[in-house]
Amino acid sequence: METFWFIAISIVLVIFFILDGYDFGAGIIHLFFAKTEKDKEVITKSAGLFWDSNEVWLVAAGGMLFMAFPTFYASVFSGFYLPLIIVLWLIIFRAIGLELRGQFKFQMWKDIWDKSFGLSSLLLALFFGIALGNIVRGVNLGGVENGESAYEGHYFFLPLWDSSFSPLSKTPGIIDWFTIIIGLIAVVTLAIHGANWIILKTNSSINSYLKNIIFKLNISLAVLTIISLAVWNMVNPNSFNNFGHKPYLLIFPCIYLAGLIGLFFIKKLKKDIHAFTLSTLLIVGGITSSLASLFPVILPSVNTIHEPLTIYNTSASEYGLSVAMNWALIGFILLIIYAIVQKRLMAGKIDHMDYGH
Amino acid sequence: MEDMIFYDRLQFAFTITFHYIFPQLTMGLSLMIVYFKYRYLRNKIEKYNDAAKFFMKIFAINFTMGVVTGIPLEFQFGTNWAKFSELTGGIIGQTLAMEGMFSFFLESSFLALFIFGEKLMGQKLHLLTGFLVFLGSWASGWFILATNAWMQHPVGYEILDNGKFVLQNFSALFSNPWLLPAFLHNQLASVVTSSFVVASIGAFYVLRNKQTEYGQLFLKTGVIFGLVSSILVAFPTGDWNAKNVAKYQPAAFAAMEGIFETEEAGAEIVLVGQPNMVEKKLDNKIAVPNILSFLTHQEWDRQIPGMDQFKQEELPDNIPALYYSYHIMVGLGTIFICLMALAAFLLWRKKLYVAKPLLWAIMFIVPFPYIANLTGWYTAELGRQPYLVYGLLRTTEGVSPSVSSGNTLFTLLGFVALYMLLGLLFLVLVGKTINEGPKHQTH
Repeated sequence: METFWFIAISIVLVIFFILDGYDFGAGIIHLFFAKTEKDKEVITKSAGLFWDSNEVWLVAAGGMLFMAFPTFYASVFSGFYLPLIIVLWLIIFRAIGLELRGQFKFQMWKDIWDKSFGLSSLLLALFFGIALGNIVRGVNLGGVENGESAYEGHYFFLPLWDSSFSPLSKTPGIIDWFTIIIGLIAVVTLAIHGANWIILKTNSSINSYLKNIIFKLNISLAVLTIISLAVWNMVNPNSFNNFGHKPYLLIFPCIYLAGLIGLFFIKKLKKDIHAFTLSTLLIVGGITSSLASLFPVILPSVNTIHEPLTIYNTSASEYGLSVAMNWALIGFILLIIYAIVQKRLMAGKIDHMDYGH
Repeated sequence: MEDMIFYDRLQFAFTITFHYIFPQLTMGLSLMIVYFKYRYLRNKIEKYNDAAKFFMKIFAINFTMGVVTGIPLEFQFGTNWAKFSELTGGIIGQTLAMEGMFSFFLESSFLALFIFGEKLMGQKLHLLTGFLVFLGSWASGWFILATNAWMQHPVGYEILDNGKFVLQNFSALFSNPWLLPAFLHNQLASVVTSSFVVASIGAFYVLRNKQTEYGQLFLKTGVIFGLVSSILVAFPTGDWNAKNVAKYQPAAFAAMEGIFETEEAGAEIVLVGQPNMVEKKLDNKIAVPNILSFLTHQEWDRQIPGMDQFKQEELPDNIPALYYSYHIMVGLGTIFICLMALAAFLLWRKKLYVAKPLLWAIMFIVPFPYIANLTGWYTAELGRQPYLVYGLLRTTEGVSPSVSSGNTLFTLLGFVALYMLLGLLFLVLVGKTINEGPKHQTH
């Protein structure tokens, strides 16, 4: 039952990063590569029409995590207190940036909300990557200092950074050189994904230029991936054991690799949807590989006093999990129906649609 | 620790207050939009369709604000109230996750279709998407109130040795006797807010002598919806809720009604008075004898326990705030019924559109339904104190053990600044939309 919920929540999270991932990515592309007013408008629209129905997946993931693994939810949310609240503020800035831009015609107004949308998208992608980096690295559970626990076993509080800035410190902070590498991977991945989305959904004049950008971003992604693999093992020495014990889990890294290799052929791809599928593979593979490397641990401990958090020691009751499985299955079917109806009705290029309400 | 709880409570109170401004309008407004759209399909008079689309714009602005201010609330359970989340997540996580999955999805998916899809879908499907948005927003209210009802009157649980609440009976969460009255009361109150907003915009157009045709339509619709809903909010749903509080939270009931001392021969109802916490009595009291006993139990001389019957640590920790919240809500509710009854009378006599003083009153009363709704929410929440889960888990036991008060203060200040900006932008946008007014588009 715990495994079912672990998989269900992972799926919802992955869907969230695929869907909201493209509008985060659109924001990053917008920030760096949109030149003309027309480009800016089209890119904003490609994100603005969809962000709120994408963001519901985050709310759903949060709710499901709360229900299925309350101890994990409580531990992680209070432990990463500051970055999470900052993430909330960024989500707000991004949303109002998207919604407000078109409300008034004068240039300064548009510029403010363009920057608000672009910068908060960039920072959110970075923060989400850093969060993933923290989860695979592990934290100082129980806030252990000099061999004594400052809180109950599963609670902790991470500062934004530690003076050594190293993931190998006994009390690592949220930002260190390892989590920054993962953060950059997230930024580049989502930028590629967002660029593919813009190409797919719009007839923007920068579309052909974006393909060059994607090619270059993909090279940097490959380099970053190799670096991260080299240090990953150093930061969390058990990282790759799971793949040794259960070789079928290697499917997840292969998905990532398929996306990465495929994107080198971006300029030759016949259909825009193929490129979008490849960057989707990157996201699916990246997140699932990280989770699979930890399973059944969901938050490793960097001290030896406290046990890591696993899906077993943080879950709700068996009855609660099984009754929720029943309604969640109905819910999933409904969500898929909504998604199909919505995406079919809003299929195709969106340039001609009215936007701004 | 004291500071910590104070800042945590203040932060939650502040963020939920700001958040609740938006869904209380959207829940009621979605019903009225469906009504306008339905009338258009029935009689094919274009102005009803224009009205539906115009209010959908207002709805959309409110919805966006509601989403961006609602996500922090879900996060705050974990960030600021980690211990509470850990202990009760197995139960209230059910209703919160269902809210996300069943209602929020419905609302967001179909809102975009309602706004952009009229040309694609045809009128009947367009009405259907509007109806689904309405369904989603009311279902949201249902799940959120199921969560709150469990905190007010916990059911279907078992407590383990480690203090964790474990779900025993899923269906009990929805057959909770607290839930249905609270839900109906809350939804009707949101219809009151939306009718006042609709009527107020109508009054503005009529008084300004522009868009008069729409103004008259909005006034008529707002007054009729407003009269019916403000009566139903008071009776039977308000009464039903008060009886529930008397039954399940007698200490809160005594504080709400301002009964310091138990009267053996029946309790009076307090109309006016200020709680004096030093002398434990009401100053400047105006009260009618025996009415409270009758309203609560239908017996004139039934005894109702006063605050003297409870231990200090069982009583709500801010009695004056609770007392005033409740009395402001009831007082405003009474004013709403009178105002709308008068307006409905003039509407019937065909004199409403020229009754200038009344139109001014309707136009400017708009903040008050919001205040009534919020004080109603405060009454429920302050009444639940000093508990998070009534009778079982104290508020002091629910905060995050690892977060210090400095962090909470910092994030509180951040939210205050950010929400002030949001509030300002919201007013500018709504003002702009109202000023532009409904437009007739030909397709």
